[in-house]
Amino acid sequence: MHAAPTAANNTFPKRVALAIHDQRLQAALDHASGGFAAKRQAQVDALPEFEALRERARLVKDHVLANLDGYLERYEARVLRQGGHVHWASTAEEARQIILDICQAAGARTITKGKSMVSEEIGLNDALEAAGYAVMETDLGEYIIQLAKEPPSHIIVPAVHKTREQVADLFDTHHRPLGYTRHLTEISEMVDEARQVLRGHYFAADVGITGGNFLVAETGSSIIVTNEGNGDLTQTLARVHIVTSGIERVVPTLDDAVTLLRLLARSATGQETETYTTVSTGPRRANDLDGPQEYHVVLVDNGRSAMLGGAFREMLRCIRCGACLNHCPVYTSIGGHAYGWVYPGPMGSVLTPLINGLSQAYDLPNACTLNGRCQTVCPVKIPLPGLLREIRRQQFETGITPVRTRWALQAWAWLARRPGLYHALMRIGIPVLHRIGRRRGGLRWLPLASGWTDTRDLPAPQARTFQQAWQALKGATR
Amino acid sequence: MNQRDPLRVGLLVTCLADLLRPSVAFAAVKLLNDAGCVVAVPRGQTCCGQPALNSGDSRDARRIAQQVIEAFDGFDAVVGPSGSCMGTLRHDYPALFADDPAWRSRAEDLARRSHELLSFLVDVLKVDTVSARLDARVAYHDSCAGLREMGVKSQPRKLLASVQGLNLVEMQGTEVCCGFGGTFCVKYPEISTKMVDDKLAHIVASGATAVLGGDLGCLLNMAGRIQRRGLPIRVLHTAEVLAGLGAAPSIGVAEGA
Repeated sequence: MHAAPTAANNTFPKRVALAIHDQRLQAALDHASGGFAAKRQAQVDALPEFEALRERARLVKDHVLANLDGYLERYEARVLRQGGHVHWASTAEEARQIILDICQAAGARTITKGKSMVSEEIGLNDALEAAGYAVMETDLGEYIIQLAKEPPSHIIVPAVHKTREQVADLFDTHHRPLGYTRHLTEISEMVDEARQVLRGHYFAADVGITGGNFLVAETGSSIIVTNEGNGDLTQTLARVHIVTSGIERVVPTLDDAVTLLRLLARSATGQETETYTTVSTGPRRANDLDGPQEYHVVLVDNGRSAMLGGAFREMLRCIRCGACLNHCPVYTSIGGHAYGWVYPGPMGSVLTPLINGLSQAYDLPNACTLNGRCQTVCPVKIPLPGLLREIRRQQFETGITPVRTRWALQAWAWLARRPGLYHALMRIGIPVLHRIGRRRGGLRWLPLASGWTDTRDLPAPQARTFQQAWQALKGATR
Repeated sequence: MNQRDPLRVGLLVTCLADLLRPSVAFAAVKLLNDAGCVVAVPRGQTCCGQPALNSGDSRDARRIAQQVIEAFDGFDAVVGPSGSCMGTLRHDYPALFADDPAWRSRAEDLARRSHELLSFLVDVLKVDTVSARLDARVAYHDSCAGLREMGVKSQPRKLLASVQGLNLVEMQGTEVCCGFGGTFCVKYPEISTKMVDDKLAHIVASGATAVLGGDLGCLLNMAGRIQRRGLPIRVLHTAEVLAGLGAAPSIGVAEGA
């Protein structure tokens, strides 16, 4: 499902250049980002206890992370008691294999999927399709990008990079063979048509795979939220329900889950609550009217337990709301695909190097102004800029930072630690720059500074440095 | 304050004001003097070390921090015309010495004495008016570190309200980063340029003829882009306006222009 890299998009700077000059992408991003931020703000303004809720959520998550093994064991025991199965996957590959084995044992042919970022993280769709299964995404956004054969560009609105016209064209292409011949222009009509196409698949599916927003230790339940109800149909109508979830998603009680749900809906989509919040507790019981015959939970580690013991534990508080993406001026400038993997924006710039390796995503933690807006909207108060800076530190110390950058920094620092020499050199250099730039007011070009001067003038310095002028003034008044 | 011994303030000039815009530091000195402070400028300062710190070079960041800590030893307060640099002194220096109790305690002592200029004037010295004039419709850009690390939001607005002739308009997205980000702007120029263009679009839409802010990094970024695009918008540091220096050539504008 992930588009293969091409020469045009195989590095972060190249993807950035493509994204910034893609006018349809820019239109889609402009349309989406302002909307999400305003809706979230309206919800925050309407809930006086929002800040208190954030603090409580932080405490809940920190408590869980400090006792993760205990809560996971308690959760597992409850799931087993309910008649479900729990599988532990330490890597993405193990997780894929576990799910393939479950599907094979169930004699499955067709699979429906609710939205799950963990399944994107472990590359599940590619593995299932390679094994011959028919896989159908049922979240509207995921469905759109599945048709487009693209990865998600946002963790809660995976097709946010698509304009309405692009979706209409996709539906024309893919729905026409199914007998839907009308070209649609209204969003509500497109949603209806997608629902009609999807409906049959829910009933035909042998296996339904969903994510798990929260896993509740006291009850052994998994919780998902959707706005389309697709998750309920996916997990209720298939014979086998598989939940994929990161190990950090466990919470002690249903009350704790509610605390986090209240923050999730407001932070993610600016809703008081998502339209559907669904609690699943094991397979169908004797007197249940519906539900799956088998209930499996695949708990995915994939680098998480390594974060638990180090400087990045706070990242495991993340509840995948996407608020940091919506409020990141870099994300809203370049969109999700430029980040190169499934998790974009501030949270992705932390997670991607931690999961895939610090050297695999050098640019991500660096392509950030450390402006801090992400941290102020994070519902669980993750210090994202601090974590990004910590990754930069580790990149620097392990030699991943490019030699030219290291050399330039160390040369500058060498000078900055010698105030006498520094002030003497600037006393000579600054008046030169002043004379060059004085007529225009700024310099159009400077050696080694094209990153600045390609698109900006460098405002010319005033006649001499402050230190020099101050010394002169003090001398005069003494 | 004035009844007691005057506060002895060490001015953290900031490297950008020192090299590119000394009038910002002179404005800071004037405002502090007007509020009754005695201002000194230690020669032992160059830069606060943020470029090293934010690029992961914590060894150099620590050495530069030690230099700043020593240079500003003994002042009642350390004040600078930048939320970003002062945020580094206030929040980052103590963290840099997590494993070094002696330096950590000195860093914490400096952190307690460190203030962004306008929050120091308003919150600590209780200044609420200045005597200055600028006839302009002005937008104010909330620089990120000042806003989020140092709580600078109402203070500049309060003081600007007392500037005669000045009409402050609130633009959209005033709390959104301008795309400077230190070395970010030269490492990722395309993203940075897109961000500053978004910022300029908001300034233009507000109808302002000048934009003010509290951090030279942001102001140089906006001014440089404004110059390149030939937009009729002046760029000034808030301190310059408050100190009555608003009539001087604005940032990036030729003398006599």
